[in-house]
Amino acid sequence: MSLWVAGIIILIVKLLLVLVALLLFAAYLIYVERRLLGFFQLRLGPNRAGPWGLLQPIADAVKLLTKEDLSPTGADRVIFLYAPVVVAAAAILIFAVVPFAPGWTFRGQPIPGVITDLNVGLLYVYALSSLAVYSVALGGWSSNSKYSLLGAIRGAAQMISYELSLGLSLVPIVMMAKSFSLVDIVNAQARCPFILLQPVACIIFFISSVAEMKRIPFDIPEAEHELIAGYHTEYSGMRFGLFFLGEYVTMVTLGALVAVFFLGGWRGPWLPPLLWFLIKVAAVSFVIIWIRGTLGRLRYDQLMHLGWKLLVPVALINIIVTGGVMLAWGYKV
Amino acid sequence: MSIYAIIFYLLGAVIVAATALAITRRNLMHAIVYLVLSFIGTALLFFLLGAPFLAVLEVVIYAGAIMVLFLFIVMMLEIKPEERTLGPWLRQWAPALALSGICLMIMVGFLFLNAGGPGPLLLVTASPLAFGRFLFQKYWLGVEIASFLLFVALVGALYLGRDNSTTGG
Repeated sequence: MSLWVAGIIILIVKLLLVLVALLLFAAYLIYVERRLLGFFQLRLGPNRAGPWGLLQPIADAVKLLTKEDLSPTGADRVIFLYAPVVVAAAAILIFAVVPFAPGWTFRGQPIPGVITDLNVGLLYVYALSSLAVYSVALGGWSSNSKYSLLGAIRGAAQMISYELSLGLSLVPIVMMAKSFSLVDIVNAQARCPFILLQPVACIIFFISSVAEMKRIPFDIPEAEHELIAGYHTEYSGMRFGLFFLGEYVTMVTLGALVAVFFLGGWRGPWLPPLLWFLIKVAAVSFVIIWIRGTLGRLRYDQLMHLGWKLLVPVALINIIVTGGVMLAWGYKV
Repeated sequence: MSIYAIIFYLLGAVIVAATALAITRRNLMHAIVYLVLSFIGTALLFFLLGAPFLAVLEVVIYAGAIMVLFLFIVMMLEIKPEERTLGPWLRQWAPALALSGICLMIMVGFLFLNAGGPGPLLLVTASPLAFGRFLFQKYWLGVEIASFLLFVALVGALYLGRDNSTTGG
């Protein structure tokens, strides 16, 4: 009985720690992004609140929470109010299957370094990221505004298109790890991280995920100079904050997924595994911010051409080539 | 009642309620949202019955892809709710009622045939690997026929959606 209770307590503590760490990481990612963009553009970025502006995320959160919660006339109220919750919830829930450490032992009991090791973990990630479309589409539609509707339609079309190459790019990873479980995928990279064996899959996965997040150069759904802010034009206060939070949590999750699928997860020499994992997540996030500071926005036809005529065929060829090489090397299930 | 039974009945209630709301709403957008809820409930039911692979596919394909297309079309067309008239109403509902009647009869028949048989299902989980082997060894012909049908549909869509002005047709 005491073991059972201890298990529940450990689980709840772990859930809380991961949730707090994830939200803090996402909040400080906003700060880091603003600072880095400032440096890229030869300005300082936010540096007033606290030393080096380190309290800026807290100030932002307080501001968003105390702002008035508006909903426009003619809006579909219930859908309007709950759409932002979907994006934040989906982004946070994906992290449940991400292994962040090899695990510890506490009084002889193993504590795995992951919330839950689903045997369909990779598909679970895919399922939740495909549910995020609903918050964009429903949020934009329910706002009863032309800008929002246009942003929502663009967003939905873009996310459906890039989901395909996102899913296809991971098929070779599953073939090589022989499992959908993210823990097994990390274990399969004990000798060599998959980025060296599957560089093409890594590039396709990274591009598709940036498109799924709707960030520059794929931010057509919220293109400021045409659509103000696209699907979240009409949102204010913390509901806008939820869209924002969802975006940055997705960025952290993407960093974690690239680390797990291609960079060997928590594996690395000398440093402790958890630290390696955080370094890899931070590195991927930095690259995404760097891209935002460097590139312009694609045109809509360029976006669709890149997705359907380049990424999907290349991902399919990559699957066939991987299968052929594995057969030639005498692969056994 | 074990905890699994409690979850089962809760999920069942959610699914039935969401589906009932989905087919009675006049607002198409609300109907779609309820249908998505019903699909997610069904996925959780699959998960509970030990089929995690099917559960995730249910969300990826039905909730994540097909319903998004529905949503997309409703958003683009802005369909107004229709007036209720008796003629189309009967024509729409008669096949649905007939089909659900047949399904109900088959299900009741199974229940009577299996009365006193093994009650609740065993607590087992089908791993994706076992599921894949079973599917491609036992039902490979069905899989091939289904994929061929999808391929024909794809070619048909390509043909119908082709820009006729360039071919002179």
